[in-house]
Amino acid sequence: MVSTPRIRTLATAGAVLFAVTACAPQSEPAPQPTASGANACAKENLPTQTPGKLTIATDEPAYQPWFVDNKPDSGEGFESAVAYAVAEKLGYTRDEVVWTRVKFDSAIAPGPKTFDFDINQFSITDERKKAVDFSAPYYLVRQTVIALKSSKIAGKTSLADLRDAKLGAQVGTTSYQAITDLVKPTQQPQVYNSNDDAKKALQNGQLDGLVVDLPTAFYITAAEIEDAVIVGQFPQVGTPEAFGLLLDKDSPLTGCVSNAVGQLSADGVLKELEQRWLAQVAGAPELT
Amino acid sequence: MSTTRHVPSPAQRAREEYRRRQTTLSVLIAAASTAAIGTLLAIAVTGAPGWERVRASFLDPQIARDALPAVLTGLWLNLRLLVCCALGALLLGLIIAILRTLRGPVFFPIRALATGYTYAFRGLPLIIVLYVLTLGVPGLRLQGMPSVLVLGGLALVLTYGGYLAEVFRAGIESVHPSQLAAARSLGLTYRQTMRHVVLPQAVRRVAPPLLNDVVALQKDVGLVSLAGPIDAVRAAQIETAQSFNYTPYILAGVLFVLLAIPLIAVTDRVTLRAARRQSGG
Repeated sequence: MVSTPRIRTLATAGAVLFAVTACAPQSEPAPQPTASGANACAKENLPTQTPGKLTIATDEPAYQPWFVDNKPDSGEGFESAVAYAVAEKLGYTRDEVVWTRVKFDSAIAPGPKTFDFDINQFSITDERKKAVDFSAPYYLVRQTVIALKSSKIAGKTSLADLRDAKLGAQVGTTSYQAITDLVKPTQQPQVYNSNDDAKKALQNGQLDGLVVDLPTAFYITAAEIEDAVIVGQFPQVGTPEAFGLLLDKDSPLTGCVSNAVGQLSADGVLKELEQRWLAQVAGAPELT
Repeated sequence: MSTTRHVPSPAQRAREEYRRRQTTLSVLIAAASTAAIGTLLAIAVTGAPGWERVRASFLDPQIARDALPAVLTGLWLNLRLLVCCALGALLLGLIIAILRTLRGPVFFPIRALATGYTYAFRGLPLIIVLYVLTLGVPGLRLQGMPSVLVLGGLALVLTYGGYLAEVFRAGIESVHPSQLAAARSLGLTYRQTMRHVVLPQAVRRVAPPLLNDVVALQKDVGLVSLAGPIDAVRAAQIETAQSFNYTPYILAGVLFVLLAIPLIAVTDRVTLRAARRQSGG
């Protein structure tokens, strides 16, 4: 091949552009393994860590309202209740459930696991799926509006009550979408680079209410801004973050656990637990 | 009375003919050269393996159309802020420059303060000034706290006032001392000298860099968006987050360039006029 300067120039330009575009993200979600049959999910056929027992992990300490008083075995708190419901679906009684503690970071790292599944508000992401398996989602993260106790929207119960409020959210989030799509406010919402900036504006009284996802709302109102309260949860909007049970990569249990979660979701059990532990006990009522 | 039309001599006609041919030739060469480079660029970009993907995510006309209303609403905020902040910063800059050039030991504290201001605000990153004023100051919870936009505008005026003050000062100090001496010997007071002799010359000399700073300010007014208001770039960011397509950014970029063109044209013209005057044209 004759290499003229022109072809070389083109090749260089092409190579540069290719190098640039080669950095583009790829989106190939790993296929979810499915159970081969109902029989494979029978309790006696499940290859658990300890035969006849189901070992479930969570972090130390385990926080409200996901667990109550750092006692996962109490069955109280949303995730504890979900864990026992899944165990029951798989055929394990309460006595046959063993709890173990695993740090969040080591649970999502590749490597051998000491649990059958881990429940610890793990968001399902493609990135993490390369290292671990996830069950079907047991919780879709909801958007929540928080306000200072002195705010005019504290204690409001309907979306219509929020229309005239000055609301804020972080840029590019489902939180912002919740404001524009669900509340349709009369004032332009305030948009921030980060939740930290938005929290400062809320504390300063520059905002009537700040929209964040529910787990963040629990953290902000419990630990970061003392005089802030959760006003309520929005109906589902946008593409929500989903929490899944975490299992070892290519775990033989993934399909069965996923099926169990799917059934609990179809039966409305998950919805009930959410209503009980997040809306009533944790004080994050639904906005209607 | 007969009117005889001027008839150029054959030599003159030949000269004109030659010039015409040369002009045509150079236009043709310029056109050919531009076409060749343009084609080369087009082939290099559109022939790249990822071109389709880049075009789809950066140059989607449908997405640009959908994002236009939101981005224009944001741009309106940029424009209003620009006008207010440019006027504010020019005024503040001029005042600080005059204070810095005051003579006499009695004015030392004022000079020191003005100097300290230009040092501090030229050194401070704009983002930090914005954070302090828009998220820090309201934390004091004082009565009658102005809106976030006013506070953000104040941060821009303070920062750009520092730059403009130094440009004005350079202009004032470029006026030859003999001018001052002449003015004073005519019986003008210091204030009259500044007003009628020094400042008119100073401002005219530094007009191009002043306008240049205003063009730079135009891009920076959007940074108030970090305190909550939605400007054109933020609006584009929101649209982008919804569609995972970067076309809104390109749209905002194009609108900003369109907005800057009149200002840049004025700057160029002023520069050209100043250069002509210098060369005694």
